[in-house]
Parts: sequence; C-alpha cells; structure tokens
Amino acid sequence: MKKTYKIEVDCANCALKMEEAAKKVEGVQGATVSFMTQKMKVEFTDSADEKAVMQNVRRACKKVEDDCEIFLE
Amino acid sequence: MTKKQKKVLYRIIAAAILMVVLAFMPVEGYLRFILYLIPYFIIGYDILRKAALGILHGEVFDENFLMAVATVGAMLLGVYNEAKGMEGEFAEGVAVMLFYQIGELFQAVAVGKSRRNISALMDIRPDYANIEDEEGNVEQVDPDEVEPGTVILVQPGEKIPIDGVVTEGNSTLNTSALTGESVPREVSTGEEVISGCVNISGLLRIRTTKEFGESTVSKILDLVENSSMKKARTENFITKFARYYTPAVCYSALALAVIPSVVNLMMGNPAGWSTWIIRALTFLVISCPCALVISIPLSFFGGIGGASACGILVKGSNYLEALAQTKYVVFDKTGTLTKGVFQVTEVHASPEFMENKAGSGEKAEAETEKAKVSGKILLELAAYVESYSNHPISRSLREAYGQEIDKAKVSSVEEIGGHGVTAMVNHHSVAAGNYRLMDSLGIACEKNVGVGTVIHIAVDGIYAGYILISDVVKEQSAEAIAALKAAGVKKTVMLTGDSAKTAEHVAGLLHVDEFRSELLPADKVEAVEGLLAQKGSRENLAFVGDGINDAPVLSRADIGVAMGALGSDAAIEAADIVLMDDNPMKLALAMRISRKCLRIVYENIVFALTVKAVCLVLGAFGIANMWIAIFADVGVMVLAVLNAVRCLKVKA
Repeated sequence: MKKTYKIEVDCANCALKMEEAAKKVEGVQGATVSFMTQKMKVEFTDSADEKAVMQNVRRACKKVEDDCEIFLE
Repeated sequence: MTKKQKKVLYRIIAAAILMVVLAFMPVEGYLRFILYLIPYFIIGYDILRKAALGILHGEVFDENFLMAVATVGAMLLGVYNEAKGMEGEFAEGVAVMLFYQIGELFQAVAVGKSRRNISALMDIRPDYANIEDEEGNVEQVDPDEVEPGTVILVQPGEKIPIDGVVTEGNSTLNTSALTGESVPREVSTGEEVISGCVNISGLLRIRTTKEFGESTVSKILDLVENSSMKKARTENFITKFARYYTPAVCYSALALAVIPSVVNLMMGNPAGWSTWIIRALTFLVISCPCALVISIPLSFFGGIGGASACGILVKGSNYLEALAQTKYVVFDKTGTLTKGVFQVTEVHASPEFMENKAGSGEKAEAETEKAKVSGKILLELAAYVESYSNHPISRSLREAYGQEIDKAKVSSVEEIGGHGVTAMVNHHSVAAGNYRLMDSLGIACEKNVGVGTVIHIAVDGIYAGYILISDVVKEQSAEAIAALKAAGVKKTVMLTGDSAKTAEHVAGLLHVDEFRSELLPADKVEAVEGLLAQKGSRENLAFVGDGINDAPVLSRADIGVAMGALGSDAAIEAADIVLMDDNPMKLALAMRISRKCLRIVYENIVFALTVKAVCLVLGAFGIANMWIAIFADVGVMVLAVLNAVRCLKVKA
C-alpha cells in the first residue's frame, strides 16, 4: 500500500536525510521524498498499521532534521 | 517569503547592525568577546542547536555541524589569542555565520520561488465547479464534492473542472493547458469533453462522467507531481556522493588542523596552531555540498515543468535523463507517423459475391449497377462485423458506411489479434481481416491489391471481396524524423502490421532507416527486443506508439512514448513519456528539452565541484580566507540554482 503525505522541509539535503530515515522505520517498504513538490510517498509492508508507522516515521525524520514537518491527516 | 524566512531575515538584520555597532565600540579584552557572543547567538543559535542535536542522534556530519565547528573554532581562536595578550578576532566567526544564514535565506527564497513558478506553470487544477440548483441559482463548489452524473455549468473563460459529456450548448475549447498548442476545438451537445480545457465562447452544461480524482486534470497533475519521485541516475549519484563526501571533508579538515602543527613541533619549529586551525575551518566552510544537492533535482524539476507546459508529460527525472541518450527511435506506424484516420478508398466485390447479392441481373449493362449494389452490401457487412471494435480501421469502415448500426444483428464477435474479426451478422458467418485470416480459414484471396490496408471479407466461407483503406501520413512526420536524426538519433525504425507494400511506401516517404511490416502485436515486442539486444549499453531505445494496443512494447522499451494521449487514459498509464497531442515533432522537442536539462545538470556539477576543489586547495594553503570560503559555498549554490531555473524556459 502506498500513501502520499504533505511535508515541509527547507533544504534539499534535509529531504534526502528524511528519506533515508523513513526507509529505516519498521513497516516501511520504501519511501521517497520530493523536495520540489514537498511530498513524501511511503510504501508500507502488508501487515503494517499505517497510522502507527507514520508516527514512527515522523519521529525518525524529526530526529535527523529538527524543523521538518510531516502532515498526517 | 514565508514566516520562517522573515524571521531569519530579522535575525540577519539585527546581527548585522550589532556587528557594525560593535566594530566602533571602544571595548577591550574578554568583554569584547562577550559582546560579540550576542550577535553570534542571535544569528547562529538554531545552527548550533541543530549541530548539537545531530551529534546526539549520531548524525554528525552535516552542514550545521560544519558551520558550528567552523564558527565555534573561530571564536575560540579569538579567545586563545586574547589569552596570549594579543587582540582576538571575533568578528570573523560571527560574519561567517551571518553570511551562511544570508546564503541559506537566499537559497530558500530562490528555491521556493522557482518551485512555485514551476508549480504555477503546471497548475491546471480547477478551483471550483458551478452547480445549478432548481431555481437556477449557480453555486460554486469544490470539484472534489461533485458526484459523477451531476450537471455542471461552465461559463466562457472558465476551465472545465471534470470530464463529462456536453448536455447543452455549443462552444469552442482551448486545449493549450493540456497540449501546449492552442488549437481550438469545437464541441457541441453529446460530445465528450476533457477537464483542463478552457471554454472560450459559449455556455456549456456538462454531465460529469467521472469523479474529480479520476478526471484527466487530476491524473495529469498526479503524474507530474510524482515525476520528481523517480530519481535520475545523476541525482542518485549526487546523493551517494554527498554521503561519502561530507565525512571525507571533515576528516581532511581535522587532518589539516592537526598534522602540519604536529609535524612543525617535531621538526622543532613553532607549531602555528592558529594558522592551521583557521585553514581547516575555511576548508570546512568551502566544502558544503548544498549547491549540488539542491540544483540537480531543481534542474530536472524545471525540465519536467517546461516540458509539461508544451504538452509533454515526463513521468520521472530518470526518463528525462534517458531521453537525452536516445539513439534508436522505433515508431509504430499507425496513429504515430500517420494520422490513423483511415479512409475507405476502394471497395471491390468478388464476381461470385456480385452474382449472389445483386440478384440475378440478366443483362450485362447492369454490371456496373451490380458492382455498386454489392459494394454497398460488402461495406455494410464489414461495418457490422467491426461494429464492436474501436480500432481506427473499424471506425473508418463505420464512417464510410455512414448509417446507424443495429448492434442486435451482430452476435458472437471474435477478435483475432493481428488477423481480424469474425462474427455472425444476420445469421451469416462473416469474416473480415487481412489475408492471414483468410489463409487460416482456408479461403483463397488476392494478396497484392494496392497500397493501403486491405480488409478481405468472406461470407459463409466464400470469398466476397476486399475493401481498401488508406492511412494519411502526418504533415510533420518527415520533418520529425529529420529533426530526430539531427538530434543524434542513430536509427529510426518503423513497425507496422500493414502489408510490406504499404510500409515501404510510407517508409520511403518519411526517410525512416528501417521498417518491419506485417507484424502481429507479439512480433512488435520481439522486434523491439531484437533492437534492444543490438544497442550499446549507454544508448537508449525509445518506442513511440499511440498507446492503444501497444502497452507491452511501451513497457519493454527503455523509454515508452505515447502520442495523442489527450483523453486516452490507457496511453497515459502505459507510457513513460506522454505527448498530449499527436504531433510527432513534439518528440524532437522533448529530446531537446532533455538535452538542455542534462547539459545544465552537468554544468552545475562541473562548475560547483571545480570552484570547490580550487577553493579547497587555496584554503589548505592559506591563500583563500573565510570570505572566499563563503563565496565558494553560498555563491556557487546561488549560481547553480539560477542556472537550474533555466531548465524551465523552453523554446518551442
């Protein structure tokens, strides 16, 4: 399952770091961050609970880039 | 400017004023240091905080860390000098931080602006839909809330928000937002319209057939927005590069700070710690990889944006990159090089069929009359058999027949790919297709009957004659082939299911290098695979089709290009690059855009790396000071961003 989230991040390098961090979160199959469109696309593993995983993704991203934001509806 | 950016701007102004004031303040010693700490923290507190957080989280080597080390180092050096009784230099550390922030701000504003420019260019998203209630009051609603089947009102000058069918009104539509060409299109009641077109002249009432999310506009926007997610090889290279580069530079800086001083000490000379530490810090400031990391995706994004304004949708940076190295272009003939508008040019009934159908005309003078009547019947049969097919050939048959088709008369339709169609029409078994179909049914037929597509028809197992249909070559096709050649394409190949004779005729007309004829859909895949095996590893093969029944080939080629995709969802899904209108010149234009974009990307890589390398060397030898370092970082980044924005400008 894939989902796209709106994000806010200031620099391209930070976007790369967020992508790396998101990929390492459990339950995430793959992640791509587009700095240009300010969007993050996350592919979840089959059994993952998307809401819980996204909380972790957000935490992981905050860790590498302090002032980024992922908007989870 | 966003709120965040404004805040940074105020901090920059405050710090700058404080610095000027401090420069004229007659204070001495450590008090001066403490006073300089005020602007230093005003301008740099967030960087220091991020650097500290980075270290805590084990993400040590980033630009915040580089800046923090460089400036803290510079400040401490001042304290050290002060302790030795000399006058310490504190302004430099603050200035480095200040200029770094100015650079960052400039970058954020420039990137944000170009991002918005590109997005605005691609923004064909309608803001509202007009719905009329029973009393005739018009209300604007979010297009997302409109259910399929609702009648919406589109006034002149407005965008059609959702795909649908015109229920009332005549108008002219401007499709330029979708195709890049402003060729007006006439629509009237009963015709399908596509969202994203602008209504020019009359009021239209449209019954929507899709949800907003499923409409053409939404699909195109999705596609373009997601395109930057598919990263080009160059982008991946830079990502990887940055991963090794930053730590490498940090260790080099550390080495630069320590080794020469230690060597000096061992040689019995004065260590000169401060000189080497300053050089190491300069080195750190120069090394920041931002210029590359930001400018490359921005270039691709600009290229994709520029292309989409011309009606060329590129589904990913990787395809834009691959397009520049295209050496082989394979065309599907029908609908790509030719208009795909077939016209019946000849109807020829066989003598037996004439006898049967036209009744037992007694006199020979009735011969021509017989031919006319039987020809008409032949065409009717053909139109009926093909009534369920959407193939351009079938459409042209129906058009030539020109009368209402009663589909109830047709049953057990069977389409045999690459052969034709068989069906029961009015209780007769009718077969219509090429000579292969006739062969497989064991019916003898004439094989060489002229240039064009030949549809042989058999009724109840007896040969009934043929219909000749010719396709019209597009005016721009020859020019497009020549332009591709000029752009460095080695070989152009045309594939077609048509007869060798037709293929040869068209190939000669257009000067394609090679053609393969009489191919079944599966043969086309094979032909493309053959060509793929021939080409070199850094050469790419593009397949151009109309996307109607060549999805397997589109996906097999390095780059699948679908043409004339306006309103064809299947083509948009299957292809990597979508040309919204059906002008083959657009492919040459797409190649030009891709080339330009790649050139800018390489320019940026080479420019940024060269300036940095030169400055690094100068820094290591102490020739470049902090100011040059700041230019090497911020200046290069800004120039690279400005260069990247050029990708957006496309000369049609």
